[in-house]
Amino acid sequence: MLQTIFPYLCYLAVLLVLAVPLGRYIKKVMFGEKTFLSPLLGPCENFIYKLSGVCKEEQMDFKKYTASVLLFSGIGFVFLFLLQLLQGFLPGNPQGIGSPSWHLAFNTTASFVTNTNWQAYSGESTLSYLTQALGLTVQNFVSAATGIAVLFALIRGFNQVKEKHLGNFWVDLTRIVVHILLPLNLVLAVALAGGGVVQNFKGAESVTLLEPVAISAEGELLSGAVIDSKTNTVTINGTQVPGATVVTREFVPMGPAASQVAIKQTGTNGGGFFGVNSAHPLENPNAFTNLLEMTSILLIPVALCFTFGEAVKNKKQGFAIFMAMFLCLVVAIGCIAVSEQSGTVQLAQNGTVNLSAVGQAGGNMEGKECRFGIAGSSTWAAYTTAASNGSVNAMHDSFTPLGGMVTMLLMQLGEVIFGGVGCGLYGMLAFAILTVFIAGLMVGRTPEFLGKKIEPYEMKWSVLVCLATPVAILAGSGIAAIVPEVAQSLNNGGAHGFSEMLYAYSSAGGNNGSAFAGFNANTVFLNLSIGIVMLFARFLPIIGTLAIAGSLAQKKKIAVTAGTLSTTNGMFVFLLIFIVLLVGALSFFPALALGPLAEFFGSIA
Amino acid sequence: MSTKSKSTFADRAMLGRAVRDSFLKLAPKTQAQNPVMLLVYLSAILTTVLWVASLFGIMDAPSGYTLSIAVILWFTCLFANFAEAIAEGRGKAQADALRAAKKDVDAHKIPAVDRKGEATIISSAQLKKGDLVFVKAGEQIPADGEVIEGAASVDESAITGESAPVIREAGGDRSAVTGGTTVLSDWIVVQVTSEAGESFLDKMIAMVEGAARKKTPNEIALQIFLVALSIIFILVTLSLYTYSAFSAKLAGIENPTSVTTLVALLVCLAPTTIGALLSAIGIAGMSRLNQANVLAMSGRAIEAAGDVDILMLDKTGTITLGNRQAHDLLPVDGTLPQELADAAQLSSLADETPEGRSVVVLAKEKFGLRGRTLQDKNMTFLPFTAATRMSGVDYDGHEIRKGAADSVRAYVEATGGCYSEECARIVKEIARQGGTPLVVAKDRRILGVIHLKDIIKQGVQEKFADLRKMGIKTIMITGDNPLTAAAIAAEAGVDDFLAEATPEGKLNMIRDFQAKGHLVAMTGDGTNDAPALAQADVAVAMNTGTQAAKEAGNMVDLDSSPTKLIDIVRIGKQLLMTRGSLTTFSIANDVAKYFAIIPALFMRLYPGLGALNIMGLTSPQSAVLSAIIYNALIIIALIPLALKGVRYREVPAGKLLSRNLLVYGLGGFAAPFVFVKLIDVLLTVCGLA
Repeated sequence: MLQTIFPYLCYLAVLLVLAVPLGRYIKKVMFGEKTFLSPLLGPCENFIYKLSGVCKEEQMDFKKYTASVLLFSGIGFVFLFLLQLLQGFLPGNPQGIGSPSWHLAFNTTASFVTNTNWQAYSGESTLSYLTQALGLTVQNFVSAATGIAVLFALIRGFNQVKEKHLGNFWVDLTRIVVHILLPLNLVLAVALAGGGVVQNFKGAESVTLLEPVAISAEGELLSGAVIDSKTNTVTINGTQVPGATVVTREFVPMGPAASQVAIKQTGTNGGGFFGVNSAHPLENPNAFTNLLEMTSILLIPVALCFTFGEAVKNKKQGFAIFMAMFLCLVVAIGCIAVSEQSGTVQLAQNGTVNLSAVGQAGGNMEGKECRFGIAGSSTWAAYTTAASNGSVNAMHDSFTPLGGMVTMLLMQLGEVIFGGVGCGLYGMLAFAILTVFIAGLMVGRTPEFLGKKIEPYEMKWSVLVCLATPVAILAGSGIAAIVPEVAQSLNNGGAHGFSEMLYAYSSAGGNNGSAFAGFNANTVFLNLSIGIVMLFARFLPIIGTLAIAGSLAQKKKIAVTAGTLSTTNGMFVFLLIFIVLLVGALSFFPALALGPLAEFFGSIA
Repeated sequence: MSTKSKSTFADRAMLGRAVRDSFLKLAPKTQAQNPVMLLVYLSAILTTVLWVASLFGIMDAPSGYTLSIAVILWFTCLFANFAEAIAEGRGKAQADALRAAKKDVDAHKIPAVDRKGEATIISSAQLKKGDLVFVKAGEQIPADGEVIEGAASVDESAITGESAPVIREAGGDRSAVTGGTTVLSDWIVVQVTSEAGESFLDKMIAMVEGAARKKTPNEIALQIFLVALSIIFILVTLSLYTYSAFSAKLAGIENPTSVTTLVALLVCLAPTTIGALLSAIGIAGMSRLNQANVLAMSGRAIEAAGDVDILMLDKTGTITLGNRQAHDLLPVDGTLPQELADAAQLSSLADETPEGRSVVVLAKEKFGLRGRTLQDKNMTFLPFTAATRMSGVDYDGHEIRKGAADSVRAYVEATGGCYSEECARIVKEIARQGGTPLVVAKDRRILGVIHLKDIIKQGVQEKFADLRKMGIKTIMITGDNPLTAAAIAAEAGVDDFLAEATPEGKLNMIRDFQAKGHLVAMTGDGTNDAPALAQADVAVAMNTGTQAAKEAGNMVDLDSSPTKLIDIVRIGKQLLMTRGSLTTFSIANDVAKYFAIIPALFMRLYPGLGALNIMGLTSPQSAVLSAIIYNALIIIALIPLALKGVRYREVPAGKLLSRNLLVYGLGGFAAPFVFVKLIDVLLTVCGLA
């Protein structure tokens, strides 16, 4: 037993050990305090202000801060959109790739500006190097930074007493990129490259296969084929296969993968350098890189919980929020791991498939890499859907019904189990506001959180922040279900086919970006609807969070007495989890019943 | 307010009126005010239309099934209306009684105070602000006003329900009179302070009837939450229809979900329980306050009462009994105890105050001095005045004086008398113990000190301890010196005190607390309390108080009881708790309803989902019917709770939360599993399923 759960414990332990000090570091950076990197990075920061003419001391109120966020994202949106449409005429396009369709460009733009990284395109054949570097990579950094900036505006809302100021968006943005994202990713990229992830600027290479493979005339890989390398003939069970070809060389992609993978993971972006994301042996070659990449998915989101505690001068509060998220994460990992380890009734039949967890461990290995196994794949699946990352090292489509359902549910909960950098925590804080509202009523007090009274204005926006994801997913997938062409995008029929569609919209609505492989998302309707869902689920909560911050900042702080409901104890953690699960479960139980649950019960019947 | 004893359900007339009102409230305009119930209302209309359509062959679902759903949905609406109507019923009955008091009477308007003879008789409705009216025994006071001349005993039972008459007199803090009350003896001249339609009685009628009821901020916040949930559930049901069509197409069968069933699902999921009872809870809270004889000027004030964490309580009447009692007689400078007792008793014979009487009694009990009568000696009594701060008696050439230490000291020292060290020490000691020292002097020689003691009311210590557990601090307000105040505060167990309180002192203290983030409640009666009342978050003015105090407060206590504040806090908390608990209950119910309806909907599509039918309901139809019947009946079942309020205890917030979560959260989760199953069994037995 211990042997089975040991890897999971290690993964979690590594994450926590790294996240706690990072949390403290982020707080110092954002409060303008001195850190060990200040002597080096401080001048860089000031240089940027000088260059861009930003006044460091300027303070923004709710309206100005929101306008700045939206303006910044808007400009990024237009720039990325045009960059794609014009890439055919721009340099940095050695392969001469033409412009993508307008709807695909829209979808990709929305996807990267919203920190989702849903990929309806396939990178190698759709986007030029220039678009990748100047468009996507830049958005990977700044969309992540925007999320953290909004979180800090909210933190200032809690801290301010009868003030209007929420900080300065440009300063926040600069500090996050210069002091947090750049150094962190530099270290990570070097470590990944050292671990074997490719990092070069060479073109793709062609190498000789150690063992040639045979392909039928239809282009399918022939298994059990015997190849006579001298005559180039292929025989199966003694009979020659007509029209079969023997492949002796292999295409090996190259490029600056390590550096891209670093920000893809730490910024909860998730858009892979290679098509199959971190399942690719050159993007994630071994257990070491897997541990690094996996940990960096949740590193900043976990650290931010501790940052929050420090920043609002209530470490217990940060810890309570962390515990609520952490417990959900542990349960999710447990559910996925158990489901994947024990496989399905069909796999277990007659003992044909090895489902043991010890020695050369087995389980439901379809769609998983042997070098990661059940533990590495299940934990990654939970991490990437808990955070709104979306990178994968295994194909979620091939998970067992219940394992796949948990990944879907984690996204449908609104990506608040750590969630995206910044946005996960502010989403959770909106849930905390809902929780204190209900709990406050139950003890006969009008609710308060961190000394701030929760009134109709805050309730209105909290509700919108919390429900943006469910509304986006339900409306998007509900409409998609009556569009005839959507059925043709499915890779499977029945309940699993429905799951593919539901997963796509859950991924978009949670700003996650992962997909049930096989779902062909590049159609006009899907590109547009998924793009709109992503934008809605990203920007409504941002506006809502800033509105709450602006209103809280202007309130006085209520004194704490014995009558005050504690928001740092086990009871609150329990209630918070309960409310998050309740909203998620009530919104998605019917949908899940028609997808993974139907599949599960169908399979055991 | 005198009909306290009758329970709501016992009153048949009230019940009849509520049933009638439930139907009247089906008017679209009324329904539109409650978004959650509007959803049910529209659903009822929709299913009715579907049923009518089914009669013409447009089948959404079997005709009988659609009809039963429609009927149950209409009942759900009626039940919600009934809850509101029954809550309003008590208020309406009160309002009727008040209206009876508020009839037009003839008013004797006079041009000036000294021209009482020149009264013109006009209708009370025509009185203007500032008019002077003359009211004599047996007449009703025509309008709210201030007594500017005279004194009279007034029967205020029409508004307070209290039959004992009260004194109303010009000047001081007992000058306010209310229109509709009756002068029993003597006469007064009243200056009108409010015109017809704006009188206290008018406000009171509007408040108890709920006509002036505005949604409170907290109610609005809750409603936002409920509306948001409803919107999600609308999306859930809409998307479920398309999902189901999508899945059915993939499976190559007909869409198994009917609009009727989806509407039923929507109503089940929407927070109808709390939606139906929300306004009833608010009205009932107000009504409970009225029953406690407190009139809140807004619903907001009641909610604020739940949040109060500082209670500023007047010492006298709240913490101590109104009167101090002589506790001990302490002779000084070698005076015999007997001599002191004799002097003390003599000086108090004519003193009719409770303090004075207690001195006589003490002297009799402790020293066997019989009560003497005034005729014994040739005695002249000097009553207590604010100027001398002494009272006393002159007889046979002797002078006895008793009073505050410094006054007596000045009195004896004026003629070269001596105020000894010993006396000063005893005076100080008594003050330190929380007592009031009265120094007794005979012929300008100090005999000793009477120790007057404040009697702490029984049970206040426990009360304050309970309040402390809830996080409410109590502050004692007193005019006593700090030494005395500290001793009484310690004995009564209050958290803090304000000694030698002045109106400014109170105001500053409230401001200080508010600046630190506290919410303060206080009671007051005098005009000089008005600024503090206006500043406090919850301000309860005594009905006996002045008009200024009443206007500054946001509640009026008709009983003028100083301990009322504690009841008000309780009612405020109970109101919020009832809302919170029923919301939790309502949402927790949804889980079970899903388990009833989802398998019923999709068993044909995916037979495996039958595993989710953990209640083992007979058929898809009976499952849906049972769920919505439960949904309707639970409203009726919870009306008494909504009216009475959930049980309230003075325990810390954490304990209260876990208890309420256990009862209403877990209860709300489990109850529908039991009752939906029960209803299903009944339907099956009756052959309806």
